Amino acid sequence: MGRQSTLPWGAAGESPASLLLKYCLSGHPTLPCNVLKFKSTTIMLDCGLDMTSTLNFLPLPLVQSPRLSKLPGWVLKDGNTFLDKELKECSGHVFVDSVPEFCLPETELLDLSTVDVILISNYHCMMALPYITEYTGFTGTVYATEPTVQIGRLLMEELVNFIERVPKAQSASLWKNKEVQRLLPAPLKDAVEVSTWRRCYTVPEVNAALSKIQLVGYSQKIELFGAVQVTPLSSGYALGSSNWIIQSHYEKVSYVSGSSLLTTHPQAMDQASLKNSDVLILTGLTQIPTANPDGMVGEFCSNLAMTVRNGGNVLVPCYPSGVIYDLLECLYQYIDSAGLSNVPFYFISPVANSSLEFSQIFAEWLCHNKQTKVYLPEPPFPHAELIQTNKLKHYPSIHGDFSNDFKQPCVVFTGHPSLRFGDVVHFMELWGKSSLNTVIFTEPDFSYLDALAPYQPLAMKCVYCPIDTRLNFIQVSKLLKEVQPLHVVCPEQYTQPPPTQSHRTDLMIDCQPPAMSYRRAEVLTLPFRRRYEKIEIMPELADSLVPLEIKPGISLATVSAVLHTKDNKHVLQPPPKPTQPPASKKRKRVSDDAPECKPLKPLLSGSIPMDQFVQTLEKHGFSDVKVEDTAKGHIVLLQEAETLIQIEEDSTHIICDNDETLRVKLRDLVLKFLQKF
Amino acid sequence: MDRECSQLLPSVCAVLADSRQLVADDTFLEKFLDWFKTLTETESSLLLLQENPCLTELITCVLKLKDPSSSTLSFILRLTGIFAASESCFQYLQQRELLISLFGEVGPLSSALWEEASVRSGWVQGVHSMVQHQSALHFLCNCGAIDVIFTLQGDPSLFVASAANQLLVHMLTFSLQSFQTKLVNIKDCDWPVCAQKLIVHIEESLKSNSASRIKQSLKLLTSMFGCCHDLWTEVLWSQLSERIVYLLEEKPVHAWHSLVDLFLSMARSPVFSCPECSLWTSVTCALEHLNPAQVGRLAVGVLKLQECPQAVRIQALSVLLQPMDCVLKAASHPLEYPGLLNRSVNDSATVETLLSCRSSCASLLCQTLAHLEELQYLTYLPVDLPYIPLLQSVVTILQFCIGLATPASCLGNKISRILIGCFRVQRSALDILGALSHRESHSVFMGSVSDILLAYLKSPDTSPTVLKKSFQATLKWLVRLSEAPSSRDHWQQTEQFIRDLFLVLQKRLCSPYWEVRDSALEFLTLLVKHLREKDGFRQVLFSSEVPKLTEDLLEDPESYVRASAVTAMGQLSLLTQLISKMPGIENGNGKEKSIVAQLQEILSTDSEGFPRRAVISVFIDWLKEGHPDVLKDTEQFVSSVLQAVNSDLDWEVKAGGLELAEVFSAQTLGRLGLAACPYAAVSSSATRSTHLSESLQIFCRVKLFEFLFGALCDFDRPVAQKACDILITLKAELCEESSLREGTRAGLSTEAHGIAWLEETLRRWSSCAEPCPRGNADGAGSQDPNGVLLVLRTVDLEGLHGSLNRSSDHIEKSPQSLLQDILATVGTLEDNEADCY
Repeated sequence: MGRQSTLPWGAAGESPASLLLKYCLSGHPTLPCNVLKFKSTTIMLDCGLDMTSTLNFLPLPLVQSPRLSKLPGWVLKDGNTFLDKELKECSGHVFVDSVPEFCLPETELLDLSTVDVILISNYHCMMALPYITEYTGFTGTVYATEPTVQIGRLLMEELVNFIERVPKAQSASLWKNKEVQRLLPAPLKDAVEVSTWRRCYTVPEVNAALSKIQLVGYSQKIELFGAVQVTPLSSGYALGSSNWIIQSHYEKVSYVSGSSLLTTHPQAMDQASLKNSDVLILTGLTQIPTANPDGMVGEFCSNLAMTVRNGGNVLVPCYPSGVIYDLLECLYQYIDSAGLSNVPFYFISPVANSSLEFSQIFAEWLCHNKQTKVYLPEPPFPHAELIQTNKLKHYPSIHGDFSNDFKQPCVVFTGHPSLRFGDVVHFMELWGKSSLNTVIFTEPDFSYLDALAPYQPLAMKCVYCPIDTRLNFIQVSKLLKEVQPLHVVCPEQYTQPPPTQSHRTDLMIDCQPPAMSYRRAEVLTLPFRRRYEKIEIMPELADSLVPLEIKPGISLATVSAVLHTKDNKHVLQPPPKPTQPPASKKRKRVSDDAPECKPLKPLLSGSIPMDQFVQTLEKHGFSDVKVEDTAKGHIVLLQEAETLIQIEEDSTHIICDNDETLRVKLRDLVLKFLQKF
Repeated sequence: MDRECSQLLPSVCAVLADSRQLVADDTFLEKFLDWFKTLTETESSLLLLQENPCLTELITCVLKLKDPSSSTLSFILRLTGIFAASESCFQYLQQRELLISLFGEVGPLSSALWEEASVRSGWVQGVHSMVQHQSALHFLCNCGAIDVIFTLQGDPSLFVASAANQLLVHMLTFSLQSFQTKLVNIKDCDWPVCAQKLIVHIEESLKSNSASRIKQSLKLLTSMFGCCHDLWTEVLWSQLSERIVYLLEEKPVHAWHSLVDLFLSMARSPVFSCPECSLWTSVTCALEHLNPAQVGRLAVGVLKLQECPQAVRIQALSVLLQPMDCVLKAASHPLEYPGLLNRSVNDSATVETLLSCRSSCASLLCQTLAHLEELQYLTYLPVDLPYIPLLQSVVTILQFCIGLATPASCLGNKISRILIGCFRVQRSALDILGALSHRESHSVFMGSVSDILLAYLKSPDTSPTVLKKSFQATLKWLVRLSEAPSSRDHWQQTEQFIRDLFLVLQKRLCSPYWEVRDSALEFLTLLVKHLREKDGFRQVLFSSEVPKLTEDLLEDPESYVRASAVTAMGQLSLLTQLISKMPGIENGNGKEKSIVAQLQEILSTDSEGFPRRAVISVFIDWLKEGHPDVLKDTEQFVSSVLQAVNSDLDWEVKAGGLELAEVFSAQTLGRLGLAACPYAAVSSSATRSTHLSESLQIFCRVKLFEFLFGALCDFDRPVAQKACDILITLKAELCEESSLREGTRAGLSTEAHGIAWLEETLRRWSSCAEPCPRGNADGAGSQDPNGVLLVLRTVDLEGLHGSLNRSSDHIEKSPQSLLQDILATVGTLEDNEADCY
C-alpha cells in the first residue's frame, strides 16, 4: 500500500497525524481492545472478548436437566408474566433462558474498516477477532505469534463447539429493550450495551479471521507503511504471548499486555527492550492482586488431596490451555507424595488432545529449562508421562470412551470456566448434590459466586484458588522503575484501589508523573508531541553541499532541494534545473512536481563586536558614534547623519532617512563582521 | 618440666632458631606457647630459663637472624612475654638486654617485618603477658612502647587493633590497682604516670574530630568499665562525662553504637548504680537524643537492670513503646484503644519518619518487637507494661502485614504499603504475640488474637517459616488458656477456635510443601501433648480427619515429614488408648492395633535415619507411659525392637535403643522390688534372690545382654559408653555377693573359664543378636543366666568405662608428643625437599 504526498519545504509543523490518539474499545482491563492512531497508521491493540456477559444466561446442559427445565419463569412485581419465557428464576437470581451472548468491543467509536493492522498479545486477547475481521469491513493484516494463533484457534473452536453442540431453539430479545431492562433485577438491570451483545461466531468465521493473521517471531521488526515499526517481545505470560513495541525514528510506544515475571512454562519476559519508551500502555495485570500464585497452587493441591482422600471428586473448570499445563506439572510432582497415584485425572475438551500435543512442540517459545529438555529424550512438559502412565486421560467430551473409563473418585479438568456451557455443566449437575465433592476455581476471569448462581442450592464444596500469573502491583512498580517510561497509560481500574478493598493503596499503580487512565469508549490524546522527522538526502545532492564549520565540531551548509514524501519516508532530492523560457507564447505552467526555485540569498551568522564596529565606523568617517545598550542588544546612533543602527541577536535594522547610499554603506560595514554561507 | 621434655627441648629450640627449617604448621607454635603458659603457672619461670638455657639461646638466636620468618618472630615475642610476666625473670631478660631488643624501638618495631600483622599481634600479646608487675610498666613507659600501642589502636588489622585496646585496658586497670585505696579520698587524683598518660590519650581522642579515634576510646572505656568495678572508675567517669554528653548532642551522632555499648557496660557496674550518679543523666540524654532505632538496645538493657532510677526505666520503656504507639494510631480500630504512651519521649516526628521509609520501617519494627519480646521473659519487670494496648499494637502490625488493617492516616498508608508481605516483621510480631500469652486474657484472645492467628494460619500466602511461627504462637495461647484458672468458663468458646483450627490443620497436612506438612505435624504433636486432658479438644480431634491424615503421612516421601508423623502418631496413639479406657468414649481409630506394627516396620525398613530415630523415641515414651499395646507383651515388644536396633547403622538409633533397654531393665527390676529406691521396703534375701533370678531370665529372653555387649563393641563412642554405663548398673544389681556365691556353688567361677571362653561366648552372642528366622530365635539365642553373670563379672567394665571416657587423642596431647611432632614435621619437610630435587 503506498501513500504519497509531497510537502512544501518548511511545512513540517504540527499536523493531526503527529498526535498520538488512543481509542479504548473495551472496558475490561485484562481483555483489552484499543486503537492507536500514530503517524497516519491505525493500529488495533488486541481484541479481547468480554465473556462475563454469559453469566447472565442459564447454563447449556449436555443432557436434559430436569432441574433447569423446571425453573420457574420470572414474574414482574405487578404480576406481569410477559417475560416468563425469556427469564427464569433460580435461588433468587434471574437468568436469561437463551443461547449465551457476548459483549463485543465498542464498534461505534471509530470506523473499524480503517484499522490498518491488529496486533495480538496472547491467545486470550484475540477471542473477538472474528467479530472485527468479519463484520466491520476490515481489510488489514493481523500480526500474532504462531502459538498464539494455534492455541487461540483451539480456544475459539472449543467455544464454538460448546455452544453449537447444544442447539437452543429459543432466542430471547424482549428483555434487551431499554424500557424492559429498567424493570429487571440486578445484575441484568445494570448490564451495559445489551443491544450490542452477539451470539457466538461460527467455525467458517473463525477460519476466515485466522486466515488474515500473519505469523511473527519475537524481536522480529515489521515495517508498517514506512511510518512505524512494530516488534513483538516475549511477555512471559503464556505460550507465544507478546508485548509490542511501536516505534518510529524518534518515538517509541510500548504496549504491555498480560505479562508475567514468574517462572512458569513460557519464555521469560523481555523487559530490557521496553526501556526508553515515550509512552507505555499498561494492561492485563493480575485480576486477583491479593492472591499469590504460589500460595494458590498450594491451596489447590491441598484441597484436591483432602477431597480425594475423603472419597470425593474434584472438578476444575478451566480453559484448555495455559495454567492447566502448570497445574498438571505441580500435580505430577505432588500426587505420589500425597498418595494420589491411583486417582484418575481426566481432561475433557474437544481440543484436549491438540492442546496437550501443541504444548510439547513449541519448544522455542518455552522457558529456558523446558527448552533444554528438547535436547534430551524427554518431552518439555511432564504431562506426557502422566498420559503414558495412564494417570492422565483426555477425552473430547463426556460421550464415548469417557463413559466407559470413568471411575470415581477422580479429578476432572474441563471447560468452560463460566460454568454456562461445556462439559463442566454436566459435572456440576452430577456432583453438585454431594458434600464430598469439590469444585476448585482456578481461572480468575469469572466471579465464582456468579458462576455458581444457577446451580444453587449446592451441597458440593467450592474452593476459590484463582491462579493469575500476570504482573501484580509490586512487580509493576519494579518494572516501571527499571524501564522508566516518560508516560504511563492504563485502564482507570488500575489508578485506584479495588472497590472492595479501598484501604489497600498498595493495589494501584504508583508512578511519577501519575498514570493517565482511560475507560471504555474514551478517546485519549497521548501526551507527546512529535518534534523530529528523519529525512534522507540523495547522494548527488549531498555531494553538492559545502559545509562550513562555525564552531568546532559543528558545520553548516545551506540546502536547496525538493522534499519528496512517499510511504511516510522523506527524501531531499536535487532541485530541478532552472526551466528554459518557454519557446511558445503559451503561459508559463507552474510545475506540479516542484516549486520554482529562486536564487537564494546567502545566510548570515555570527555576532558583531561593538568596540570594533564603532572603530570601523569611525574609520569610515562617522565621528559622532554613540552606543546605547538595550534589553535585546545595542543601538548605534550616528547623530550627524541622523541614522540609527539597531543591532539585536537575530536582526539588524538600519534606519536612515531615505539615504540609500548611506544604508548600503552601513550594511556593508555590518556584513564585514558576519559570516556568509 | 619432665626429664624427657628437657631432653627434647634443645633440639626443638635449635629447629625453631634455624630460619631454613620452617615449621609448616603454626598450630605447633600455639600448642608450644600454651604449654609454657601452663608451665609458668606452676613452676618458677626463672628456674625454667636457668635449667633450660636453650630457651634464652633461642630468643637470642632469633634476634640475631637476618631474616626470621614472621611466625617465628611473633612466637618469640609472645614466648618472651610469658616469661617476663614473672618479675625475677623479667630482670633476668632485662640484664641480657633481650626485652629492649624485642620490645624497644630498635627491635622488630623498626624492621620490615613490622608490616606483618602477625608480628604486631605477637608484640601486643607479648607486652600484654608481661604487664604483671610495676617494673614492666616502667619499662614500657620508658621505652616508648605506649605510643606504639596508641598507634596500634587504629591498626588496619582488626585483631591487632582489638588486642591493643585490650592491652590499654589491662595497663590502665593494672596501674591503678595499687592506688585504689588512696583514690577514694582524692578527687583531683595524683594518678600514676602510666595511667595519666593513658587518660590524657583517651581525653584527647574524645575531643578530636576523628570518628575512628573517638570510637577507639569509647571501646576502650567500654571494656574497662565492663571488667573493672573499682572506685577509681567513678572518678575517671566524672572527668569524661561532660565530653561524652557533648558527643551525644552532636547531630548526627556518629558514634551512637559505641556510646550505647559504653552506657550498657557502665550501667552493669555496681560503681554507677547509685541513683544520684551522673551516668543516669547521660543515659537519659542518650534516650532523648538518639533515635529509637539507635537506642532500642540501650532501652532494653536499662529495663533489665536491677539497680536503676525508676524515671530512667520509664523513659526507656517509652522509647520502646513509641513505634508501637505510632503503628496503633496509624490504623483505625473498631474500638478505640487508649494508646501506649501518656506522653511522647522523643520527637514523634523522628519515629514517623523512620516508619514511613521503606529501608528503616521493617528494621525498626523488628528490633522493637524483639526487644519487647525479651522483656516478656524477664522474671521481674520493674515497670508497668500497658499489656492490652501493646497486644493490640502487635495485632495491628500483623494486620498491616497481610493487608487487613485500615490505615487511619497518611502514615498508616505508608506503613501499609511497606509492611504488606513483609515476612521479617511477621515473624517478629508472631514471636511476641506468643510471648504475650503469659498474661492470659481470654477476652483478649477471643477478641482479636484468635482472628489474626486464624488469618495467618489460613492464608495461602503465609510463608512456611511464618506459618511455623503462627503455629507456635497459637500453641502458646492455647496452652495458657487451658491452664488458666478461669478456663472452664471460657473453654467452650476456645473450642470453637479449635474447630476452625483443625479445618486449617487438615488442609495444611495436605500441603504440597513438605515444610508446611512438617510444621503442621509438629504443632499437632505438641497440641495433643498439652491439651489431651481436655474433653472438648479430644472430641474435636477425633471427629476431624486429622488422625487419618497423620497416619497417611507415615508414608510421606520426605523423611522429615515421616519422622514428624511418627512422633505425632506416638502421641495420638497414647491419647487413643487413654480415651478407650474412659467410659462412654469409643476408640477413635479402629486401626490402632496396627500402629505398633507400622512403626516397627518403619524402624526396620526406612532408609532414612530421621523416621527410625523418631520411632525409637516414640517407643521409649510408650514404654515409660505404659502404652497398653506395649504392656500386653512387653518382652516380645522389647525383644523385637532391640533386634531391629541391633542391626541399625545409625548411632542415634542405637543410643535410643540403649535408652529403651535402660528403661526396660529399670522397670523390670523395679517391678520385682529391686529398684534402687531408698524408701522401698527391704525384701528378704531369699525373695530378693528369687527376683534377681527372675529378672535375669527376662533379660535373657529379650536378649538384652547380647544387645548391650554388641553395643559395647560399637565403633561410636557414645553408644559404647552408654552400653557400658547400663552394664555397670546391671552388674551392680545382679552380681551381688549372694548371687556370686550361688554361681560359685554351681561350678561357675572366673578361673574355670579363661579368656578364650569369654571371647567365644561374646562371639556367639553377637552372632545370635543378628536378625534370624523367627523359628530359630529361641534355641540359639537363649543365654544361660549363669553364663551371663559370669561374663558380667569377668569383663572389666569399670576399666572399660574409664578408657571410653578418655578422648581418643589423650596420648597425643602430651607435651612430649608435641615436641616430637615438631621434630618429626621438620624431618618430613626435609624429606619432601629432597624428593623435590
